[in-house]
Amino acid sequence: MTQSADAVAGTEAPPVRFPLRRTCPFAEPPEYAGLRADAPVSRAALKVNGKPAWLVTRHEHVRQVLGDSRVSSNLKLPGYPHQFHIPEELLAQVRLMMLNMDPPEHTAHRRMLIPEFTARRVRELRPRIQQIVDEHVDAMLAAGGPVDLVTALALPVPSLVICELLGVPYEDHARFEEWSAALMNHDLSPQEYGAAVQALDTYLDQLVTLKENEPGDDLISRFLEKNRTEQVADHTDVVTMARLMLVGGHETTANMIALGVLALLEHPEQMAELRADPALLPNAVEELLRVFSISDAGTARVAVADIEVGDVTIRAGEGILALNNAADHDESVFPDPDTLDIHRKEARSHLAFGYGVHQCIGANLARAELEAVYGTLLRRVPGLRLAAPVEELRFKDDAMVYGVYELPVTW
Amino acid sequence: MTADANGLSLMRVSAERDRCVGSGQCALLSPEVFDQDADGLVTLLSEEPAEELREQVAQAADLCPSRSIRVHD
Repeated sequence: MTQSADAVAGTEAPPVRFPLRRTCPFAEPPEYAGLRADAPVSRAALKVNGKPAWLVTRHEHVRQVLGDSRVSSNLKLPGYPHQFHIPEELLAQVRLMMLNMDPPEHTAHRRMLIPEFTARRVRELRPRIQQIVDEHVDAMLAAGGPVDLVTALALPVPSLVICELLGVPYEDHARFEEWSAALMNHDLSPQEYGAAVQALDTYLDQLVTLKENEPGDDLISRFLEKNRTEQVADHTDVVTMARLMLVGGHETTANMIALGVLALLEHPEQMAELRADPALLPNAVEELLRVFSISDAGTARVAVADIEVGDVTIRAGEGILALNNAADHDESVFPDPDTLDIHRKEARSHLAFGYGVHQCIGANLARAELEAVYGTLLRRVPGLRLAAPVEELRFKDDAMVYGVYELPVTW
Repeated sequence: MTADANGLSLMRVSAERDRCVGSGQCALLSPEVFDQDADGLVTLLSEEPAEELREQVAQAADLCPSRSIRVHD
């Protein structure tokens, strides 16, 4: 047993058990500030299995870890800090998604996809995104309030955007949302988790086969076309890539839509400023991304060599959670970090999309969707307000990606 | 440090295409200096950008997730 495992099992003060909960939806878990100050790189025990992992909480250190080529994303390596239970036999046979690959394999896969998400491509997608948002806001206004903003807008908009990008028929969306939510749920049994993975993969397998035979104007078809010369991926890799794009492209953005709207409703002065001056919107989006950093523990790693982080040596084989929510509330980078400030000049330095070679490939697409949704609601639904007390909202405290389950609104 | 005829310092920028992961932040932050080529990877539009672009170029370098951009004074 390694030294760190002994320490966690043992004799010193009981270690932090991870994940830690947010007690306020607009703030980081209360323990993070103390960790940043007193033990910025510290040992924790994972709630799911009691195994040890390092928590990294300062902005500088999180960037350092995520930019270090001696740190792996491979979830099959011993020591990788899993946060939900994956049966050994499933782990052994699972195909690595791009976010769990290391260079040079990762580089080859990512380069197949980069052209799909450039600043220029996202700019070209904006009119269609706006159209999708307008259609859903039309429907919402026609139905009349109160409505649940999550089901009326937050889930369907990103779902439709990513599905059109991939060439997935819209009539299959409801099933996707169900499976995607299941993959993010800490509380599922291994059987339920496995069943969700299986159902989604079966569907995507059929979709990729369809694109192989009848290519369309979509990401999967272009990936397959490029792959004919590059030979980067086999059929299963393409299915796995499609799953990553779907799951990564819609639940995350959906959660940010609902949380962002809630945050603006709870800060009416800043909401009024934004309504008066839409040029403030891009920075407001960055600030909302920073404040919530919804994928806090999405940056799990394992050291493949001994590395120094701050005063600590992380040994080869030890798991690391480079916590972007902690980094994004680091007061040395973001003064008064728990305060939402749409004018915050350093907002863009947040790590909510991660950092390093794995930084979210869809970040600019997400930004465009958030701007479109917030901007449209501000403009077209000026009387928007919560239709339930904020204390009664249920937040996704146990999910891999933070969010709110329902957001009842009216106008 | 280099200087032009008026004694003003010049900024030189370099970008390593091989390291680039195509986040596109540089092209968004400083579109006069950075672009993404057909592969979505960084390409420089200006190696010696005007001094008034220093702040945005520095921000692009700082936010680049693959540390592909360097500013040389």
